[in-house]
Amino acid sequence: MANCIVNYGFSAFILFFYTRHLLGSALPWARAPAAVLNFNCMLILLPVCRNLLSLLRGSFVRCSRTMRKQLDKNLTFHKLVAYMIALMTAVHTIAHLFNLERYNNSRQGLDDELSTALSDLADTENTTYLNPVRITNLDPQQIPTYFAFTTIAGLTGVVITLALILIITSSMEVIRRSYFEVFWYTHHLFIIFFAGLVFHGAGRIVRSQQRTNPPHNTTFCKDHPDDWGQIPECPIPQFAGGFPQTWMYVIGPMVIYLCERLVRFIRYMQRVQYKKIVMRPSKVLELQLIKNGFKMEVGQYVFVNCPAISQLEWHPFTMTSAPEEDFFSVHIRSAGDWTDKLIEIMKKVPEGAEGPKLGVDGPFGTASEDVFDYEVSMLIGAGIGVTPFASILKSIWYKFKDSDPKLRTRKIYFYWLCRETHAFEWFADLLQVLEKEMEERGMGDFLTYKLYLTGWDQSHATHVMVHFDKDTDVVTGLKQKTHYGRPIWDKEFEQVRKENPTSIVGTFLCGPEALGKVLEKKCAKYSDVDPRKTRFYFNKENF
Amino acid sequence: MGKIEWAMWANEQALASGLILLTGGIVGVAGQFRGWQFAAYAVAAGVFVCLLEYPRSKRAKGTSVERTGQYCFTVCVKAFGPLTRNYYVRAFLHAAICVPGGFMLATVLGCVCLGIASLIYLAAAIRGEHWEPILPRKETRKPVAQSIKNPPQNPPPRPPPEMRRKQAGDLEKSAYDNPMSVTDDE
Repeated sequence: MANCIVNYGFSAFILFFYTRHLLGSALPWARAPAAVLNFNCMLILLPVCRNLLSLLRGSFVRCSRTMRKQLDKNLTFHKLVAYMIALMTAVHTIAHLFNLERYNNSRQGLDDELSTALSDLADTENTTYLNPVRITNLDPQQIPTYFAFTTIAGLTGVVITLALILIITSSMEVIRRSYFEVFWYTHHLFIIFFAGLVFHGAGRIVRSQQRTNPPHNTTFCKDHPDDWGQIPECPIPQFAGGFPQTWMYVIGPMVIYLCERLVRFIRYMQRVQYKKIVMRPSKVLELQLIKNGFKMEVGQYVFVNCPAISQLEWHPFTMTSAPEEDFFSVHIRSAGDWTDKLIEIMKKVPEGAEGPKLGVDGPFGTASEDVFDYEVSMLIGAGIGVTPFASILKSIWYKFKDSDPKLRTRKIYFYWLCRETHAFEWFADLLQVLEKEMEERGMGDFLTYKLYLTGWDQSHATHVMVHFDKDTDVVTGLKQKTHYGRPIWDKEFEQVRKENPTSIVGTFLCGPEALGKVLEKKCAKYSDVDPRKTRFYFNKENF
Repeated sequence: MGKIEWAMWANEQALASGLILLTGGIVGVAGQFRGWQFAAYAVAAGVFVCLLEYPRSKRAKGTSVERTGQYCFTVCVKAFGPLTRNYYVRAFLHAAICVPGGFMLATVLGCVCLGIASLIYLAAAIRGEHWEPILPRKETRKPVAQSIKNPPQNPPPRPPPEMRRKQAGDLEKSAYDNPMSVTDDE
C-alpha cells in the first residue's frame, strides 16, 4: 500500500519534470487556459439551443420564478462565455508563443546541457522525443512559424483563432444591429472553430514522462545526461503525449445543437397554410397562418423563413394571436431588405390564393408567459414592443369570455408608448374591440390602459384643442384619452400601489434598454419589504 | 437596417488586428524572441493602425454611433484629406503594413487579421464607400418666418360660449389633474 502511494506520488512528480525544465512556467500558463477553454466551449453552445431552453422553462413551471428568469438571460450568458473564451485564447496563445521560443532555443542547443540532451532525444526504436520541435536545418527565426503551420496543433490553433477573431469582430453591436446578415453568416464559422478545437490535441505534442523498467530517477539523472542508457539508474527516459480530451467536453453540446438545427429543418419541411393575408396601414403585413400540431402560449415568438427571398435567413417575429384562436398570426413591419421583399411579394398575391412557401420554427418562450401568474400586471410596450401584448390582451379577452378559472389576474394596467400611432392602427383597432367588450360585460375596470404619444407637435396639439370635449380620443378613437409626452412613472407606480395595497405586481416591459433601467429602479423603489404589502417584480423581454 | 456598408466591418476588423499586432509585438519584445526587431516594428505598426482606425466613419445611411472620445482622432485623421478618405489607399496601406508581421510567429496572427481587414476594405472601396468624419452638428438659427411680422387681426376660432364655460354642476368634467404635485407638503 505504502509502495503504491510512493510509486504514484513518485510518478506524479516526474510526469512533467523534464518538460518543465525546458519550458519553465510557460507550459502551465498554456494548459490552465486550455482547461478553462474546454469548459467554456462546452457551455457556449447551450444558451442558444432555444428548444432546449423552452423545454426547461416548461418543466420549471413547478419551480420558482427566479429559476425561469435566469433562462431569459440566455444571450447575456452566451456573450459572457464568449468574452471568457476570447480572453483565455489570448493567454493560451501568448503562453504557447513562449513555449515555442523556448523549445526552439533548446533544440538549437542554446540552453544548458540537460536541455540539449533532452531535445536531442528522437523518435526511434528505443527512444521517444520530448521536444516536438525536431527540425534544425531551417532559419532559426522561421522555425516557430514553420512549426505552427505544419503540426496539427499549430495549424488548427491558427485557423480557429482566426475564426474566433472574425466571429468576434462581426458580432460587435454596431455590425449586429445594422447588418444582421453579416453577423449571422460569419457566426457560422463556429463550425470550423469546433472542428479545429476537437482535433487541436490530436498531435499529442504535450509530452509527459512514462514509467520505464527499471525506473528513471530524475533527481539523480538530471545531472548526468551523458550517462543515460549506460548506467542502471538512468535508462533513457521515455515520453508520450496525453490523450486528447477536448472532444469529451464539447461532444454533448455539439450533438444537442445539431438536434436543434435538425428540429428547425424538420419544422421547415412542415406545411404552413395561409388563412389570411392582410395589408395593414403604414406598411405592416399581417399573416394568419395554420400549421399542424402547432401549440403556442402568450407572447411567444417564431422564426420565419421564406425560401423565395433567402434560403438561409430566419427572422424572429412575436406572435400577435392568442392561443385560444385556431390560427397564429404575425404582424411584420417594413424594417429592412427581407421584410420589404416579403411585403412586396405578399402584395402581389391575389385575393384568396396561397402565398409563397414559408418555413416556421418555434414557438419559443419568453417572459410574457408569466403575465397570468400575477394578481396584478403592469404591461409597458414601447413602439414595436407592443406586439407581444397584442397576444396577451387577446388571450385575456378569450379567457374572460370563457371565465377561465386558471386566470389569476384580476387587474391589468397597460401603458403604450410610441412616437406616432401610424404603424399601430391595427393595435388601436384591437383596443377598441376590447374596450367595447369590457363595457358590455360591465368589466370596465379590469383593464386600465394609457396611451402616450411621445412625438407630438404643434399641429397635434391644435387638433386636440379644437376637439377637446369629444367623448372619444381624436387620434385613436378610444374612450381613454391619449396622453402626450412620456409617462411620469413615479405617479403611475404610486397609483398602482394605492389601488392594490396588498398584491404582488408583475411589471412587463418590451422596449428600449434605457426605459428598462428606469422601470427596474422604480420597481425596487416602490416595492415594500413587508410581504403583506405591494411588491413589484420586473420582467424584460429581449429580442 | 439597410444595405451592408462593408467599411464598418472592415473598421472593426482592422482595429482588432491593430490590437493583436500590438500584443504580439509586445510579447516578442518583452520575451526577447528571435527576430524581436520585427516585434518592435509590430508594436509601432499596431499603434499606428489603432490610431487610424479608432474614429468611426459617418454612415451613408442611418445613424452613426461614435466611439468614446473619438473626436480628437477624427480631427487628426481628417487632416490627411484624400489619403484617409479613400478606402483603396487604406486597403493597400494595411496590406503593406501587415507584410513584415509575417516574419515572426508572434506577429503572424496580427498580419493575417490585418490582411483580411485589407481585403474587406478593398470590397468597400470597390462599392464606392469612403470615410466621412463624424463632426458635431452646428446649430443653425431658423430664419425668422414672414408671418411673425404680421400678427393676426382676429382671435382664433373657438367653440360657442356655452360649451367653453366650465360646467359647475358637473364636478368631474370641470376638475383637472395636475401632473405634478402643487401642494407644498410633499
